[in-house]
Amino acid sequence: MDLLFDAVVLGVLLGCFYAAVSLGLSVSFGLLDVPHVAHPAFLVLASYAVYVLNEHYGIDPLLAGLLITPFLFVFGLAAYRLYYETFEKRGSDAGVRGIAFFFGIAFIIEVLIILQFGVDQRSVTATYIGKAWRIGDMRIPFRLVVAFAVAAVLTILLSLYLSKTFMGRAIRAVAQDQEALRLMGANPTRIKQWAFGIATAVLGIAGALLIIVAPVDPTLDRAYIGRTFCVVVMAGLGSMTGTLVAAIILGVAETIVLTLFGASWAPAISFAMLLGVLAVRPQGLFGRRS
Amino acid sequence: MKRNGIFFWIGAIVFLVAIALMTKLIGNEYPFFAGYVILQFVALAVAWSILGGHAGYVNFGTSASFGMGVYTAVFLFKVAGAPLLVQIAAAAAVGALMGFALGLLTLRMQGIFFSIATIALTIVIETSITNWRYVGGAAGIQLQRPPVTWPFSGYVQMLFFVQAVLVVLAVVVSRYIQNSWIGRGLQALRDDELAAECTGVPTLKLKVLACVISGALMCAAGAPAAMYLQYADPSSAFNLNYSVSVLAMSLIGGTAHWAGPIIGAILLGSTQQLLTVTISSEVNVLVLGVMLVLFVVAAPEGLIGLFRRVRRYRKEGKP
Repeated sequence: MDLLFDAVVLGVLLGCFYAAVSLGLSVSFGLLDVPHVAHPAFLVLASYAVYVLNEHYGIDPLLAGLLITPFLFVFGLAAYRLYYETFEKRGSDAGVRGIAFFFGIAFIIEVLIILQFGVDQRSVTATYIGKAWRIGDMRIPFRLVVAFAVAAVLTILLSLYLSKTFMGRAIRAVAQDQEALRLMGANPTRIKQWAFGIATAVLGIAGALLIIVAPVDPTLDRAYIGRTFCVVVMAGLGSMTGTLVAAIILGVAETIVLTLFGASWAPAISFAMLLGVLAVRPQGLFGRRS
Repeated sequence: MKRNGIFFWIGAIVFLVAIALMTKLIGNEYPFFAGYVILQFVALAVAWSILGGHAGYVNFGTSASFGMGVYTAVFLFKVAGAPLLVQIAAAAAVGALMGFALGLLTLRMQGIFFSIATIALTIVIETSITNWRYVGGAAGIQLQRPPVTWPFSGYVQMLFFVQAVLVVLAVVVSRYIQNSWIGRGLQALRDDELAAECTGVPTLKLKVLACVISGALMCAAGAPAAMYLQYADPSSAFNLNYSVSVLAMSLIGGTAHWAGPIIGAILLGSTQQLLTVTISSEVNVLVLGVMLVLFVVAAPEGLIGLFRRVRRYRKEGKP
């Protein structure tokens, strides 16, 4: 029973971390309908950038995450432009070819990381990594607490941005009805490009959290395809609060299965939940299209 | 039978005879080792295109079908020492069943959601096999090849010939589908599923049929791999690289014609074999990624599409 309680507490913390790494996808896939399977590969790439800054310049991982954010933003702008010019502009079956395109990108990133850093796991050093909080018998790793706090702030900031600022509301508008927006004299492509930039920029902090929570290796993105898509689809495409709730559900489910059945079942949980959600409730828990 | 058909059948027979002669004449085993992998990819790509090309459902579950083929063979071999042909037949049956399940999934999911679901399915199956001790679990399992049967001089030669037969089978089925009402129905539902359904195309029946055929062929193509490698482990049998390679091959060749996936698989498959031998398997994946992006961006209809465009251009160019 105690074990299960521990699992739930850890699961909630882990869930918040999952929310942080899924936020970008929640915008790019959830709101913009871009089949962004390279999202986890971008995430791992950001982690390696943080690793380099930490290893060579001794910069704190979170600060490093902030430092690379502007670059990621520009990178996102460029990536969307390329995607738009090649797929959305031409119209038909953008989704199907898009997913092949992003898979190609993900593979390229994976191999480039392997060629540069090898297949070994990499980790970062910071004062809060390795320590733990003890509450009674329970041991909460400090790195998870940091991830939890930062993830919560990130989620709140992004949902505030989307609901309160002019640009944020424009992004949600473009998700609802692109044609109407065009008739109002706004340029939907510009707004979507901006949104994709934001979605990629968020990966700076998310990548830092990824490498803070656990060591990173080049093929880690494959496991996170399941986790991020599970969270975004379960959340109901594009809902930020939904993303947080869905991620916590996933985190708790993973830690419970981990305690009860062992680590070898862990990779299947997110994918099984994703499959279940797609089959039973494709619109997700907080769906925008019911 | 039309003239085209006669040529096709003669070509198929010549191909098989040539393969059989090769197994007799070439003493070195290496060409068969390399050739087997290319043939395997041809069979997988052709099988994939039945669903992915005609119906436009992008299936990332190739690795799932392939891996299930491998593990059906492993299981039967371990339980009863079943011969190769039984392994392949059983794998085809398993693949058909999986395809049926996949076909029912298309009821609720289309487009990208279907693709994501097939990735999910692959990982779930992989994890289940990883946790199944009897077939080796995560560590994998070693297999001892049985003595080779007459008329083959070596086991690899036999596997090479068997895979060639599977290729011909896959191509025959794919060609038949393209030219029959099934292919026309699938194309109709690819263009507009709702409109097809409204005009009386039995969309569900066709989708399930395509999934079953495609799944059975992919699973059958995977079955001999267990004996080929004499070893099986979940993370390589269910490797996502199979799915993406096969997708890339079909897209590079072009899915508009049954010959497209063959061209793509031979091109990319032999390039990959060459790179694996000369450089490394990492570069291999890099080339896969670059080719995939390049073709999706620059030649979305693949080589077949490029070829057709050039021909049309020439026709229009000349008065």
